[in-house]
Amino acid sequence: MLKFILRRTLLMIPQLILLSLVIFMLAKAMPGDAITGAFMGNPDATPEQIEKIREKFGLNDPWYVQYGRWLGKAVQGDFGMSYTHQQPVTTLIAGRVENTVLLSLFTAIMIYLIAIPLGIIAGRWTDSWADKLIVTYNYVAFATPTFVFALLMLFVFAFVLGWFPYTGSVDIKIESGTWAYMVSRAEHLVLPVMSGAIIGTVGTIQYLRNDIIDQKTKEYIKTARAKGVPEGRVYSRHILRNSLLPIAAFLGYEITGLIGGSVFIETIFSYQGLGQLFIQSINLRDFTVVTALVLISGTAVVVGTMLSDIILSLVDPRIRIE
Amino acid sequence: MKNPVLEIKDLRTSFNIKGDYYAAVDGVSITVHENEVVAIVGESGCGKSALALSVMGLHEQKNTKLDGQVNFGGQNLLTLTRSRLDKVRGKDIGMIFQDPMTALNPLATIGRQIEEPMDYHMKLSASEKKKRTLELLRRVGIKNEQRVYEQYPHELSGGMRQRVVIAIALACDPVLLLADEPTTALDVTIQAQIMDLMKELQNQMKTGIILITHDLGVVAEMADRVVVMYAGEVVEIADVKELFENPLHPYTRSLLNSIPSNMESKEKLHVIDGIVPSLQNLDRNGCRFAPRIAWIPQEDHEETPEMHEAAPNHFVRCSCYKTFYFPEDRVGEREYVATNS
Ligand SMILES: Nc1ncnc2c1ncn2[C@@H]1O[C@H](COP(=O)(O)OP(=O)(O)O)[C@@H](O)[C@H]1O
Ligand code: SF4
Ligand SMILES: [Mg+2]
Repeated sequence: MLKFILRRTLLMIPQLILLSLVIFMLAKAMPGDAITGAFMGNPDATPEQIEKIREKFGLNDPWYVQYGRWLGKAVQGDFGMSYTHQQPVTTLIAGRVENTVLLSLFTAIMIYLIAIPLGIIAGRWTDSWADKLIVTYNYVAFATPTFVFALLMLFVFAFVLGWFPYTGSVDIKIESGTWAYMVSRAEHLVLPVMSGAIIGTVGTIQYLRNDIIDQKTKEYIKTARAKGVPEGRVYSRHILRNSLLPIAAFLGYEITGLIGGSVFIETIFSYQGLGQLFIQSINLRDFTVVTALVLISGTAVVVGTMLSDIILSLVDPRIRIE
Repeated sequence: MKNPVLEIKDLRTSFNIKGDYYAAVDGVSITVHENEVVAIVGESGCGKSALALSVMGLHEQKNTKLDGQVNFGGQNLLTLTRSRLDKVRGKDIGMIFQDPMTALNPLATIGRQIEEPMDYHMKLSASEKKKRTLELLRRVGIKNEQRVYEQYPHELSGGMRQRVVIAIALACDPVLLLADEPTTALDVTIQAQIMDLMKELQNQMKTGIILITHDLGVVAEMADRVVVMYAGEVVEIADVKELFENPLHPYTRSLLNSIPSNMESKEKLHVIDGIVPSLQNLDRNGCRFAPRIAWIPQEDHEETPEMHEAAPNHFVRCSCYKTFYFPEDRVGEREYVATNS
């Protein structure tokens, strides 16, 4: 078991190196570099001056030297300066990580709270009216782009009904650390979380429904019934245990996936998170920030996949011994 | 005669296929007595599993229609509610399934799976359950029972798993055991071991057993009575000795001809070609077997074949057995069309 975890963790190293290489290459291929940004607003700089500074910052070194230097700094949390915000990228990101993590976490929780009961109902009572309703919801959710739905939510619940604030992540007038501050944060989270969750249930419902329908026909379910196990227990002890297992295992993957995937939601709700920063930085061509964000969300996915594999190995006896 | 344990009367199991119901078990009546082994033989697709699953109430309710009676313990199982049926299944009737690779829950330990029926049918403490389970494991020939108790199905071989499946069926001391081809999915050497175990268990217990198998060697060794099925119907029933010595129905005779040892002792014997038609394609008028013995003239077949008692306790569907012959028997005597010419 420990050996498996260790091996799985070590496997992350080549994955991360590959990821960073690809991102580094892409960053290089983008127009401009760290220096261009710094001189953007200064048309007086002569080519000679720029060249001198390029030399000083090592931008004329071979690519692998640059890559090594960049990676070394990144590992220490130094992603350079954002020229638009005129502060270190790390500081800029740190202020937003908490918001995005909260958003992702609550969205994931909501997704499971909605998808698991619906998936179970649809799978257990296939072709019932409840199943048909759930399948219809699933198709509609599948066909609706997240940003369209988020805009609709914003329009209805914030603009027309006025139940929730429609911008930001907290009311800036409230002092941080107070109860009112927490409430305000929660209020600001409701619409972004619900917009992401209601659309985000699609995969889980679909998966769960299909898997339950599949498990129902398995021989070991006949064995369970032949033992005299009541139908409710046939589901809770046998079918659901098998069907929910991959979902539990996907938890790590799902949450870290959301960290990189809340771009639209954050932008539409002007929620001060990483996704919003990402879009802003792209619009402003602030590539040091973009590169750092891509690296972070890529790393999150790699770590999430590893977590999922480890959880799966913990809950599924078939994987344990390998 | 001993007490009957199970009385299947005119059982008809029909499946919904594209809107219409087709009978896979078509008016079957079989009685199993205490301590009696009744073997059911017949080609793949003739309705043996459908019959066993009907007795256990394991067919999907939505697309299955069950008629007739399955009398067991003074009640007709077909009319029981699910909760009443759950008091019988796993307690008084145990079932052994064909494929041990899929018959066990991949996520539960062997110990839990054997203890599960005890949870519902016996009032035992956790330690008593464990003790009983370890005993059962030993009884089915598992020697390192302490270890196997903790293991998961994927850690065991097919033969070991089938022993576990048998232990589950025996967990609450059933009075009736249904075994649906318990060795078909196993390697040949393992098959013999599992059959030996079944025989040994049968000698120790008073359980009535329905043993579904294609292995006529096993039938000869274990069965008291044999039921031959064809296309959803019973075509012949007799005590095992009588059936092997004096098979009457053409289908039974063809089955016996297909045993290799007979092949050697006699010369070339006729084995009837063809397969059981699918449910939709089966002609249910007149003799179901007639299309496969085309050399017998139409007028020899009974209109709608009934069960005839040809000898005491020896029943055969239709009287054609009196005039039936294989084409080889009468070359030149009478015109015929052999199906395998
Ligand atoms: N659930 C079902 N739905 C439709 N047809 C079925 C079903 N179960 C069995 N059958 C059909 O019934 C016939 C008998 O099947 P089965 O009892 O499995 O045969 P056997 O066990 O003798 O090989 C076959 O033609 C099979 O295709
Ligand atoms: S003659 Fe009778 S027993 Fe023989 S095949 Fe026809 S119906 Fe069946
Ligand atoms: Mg079968």
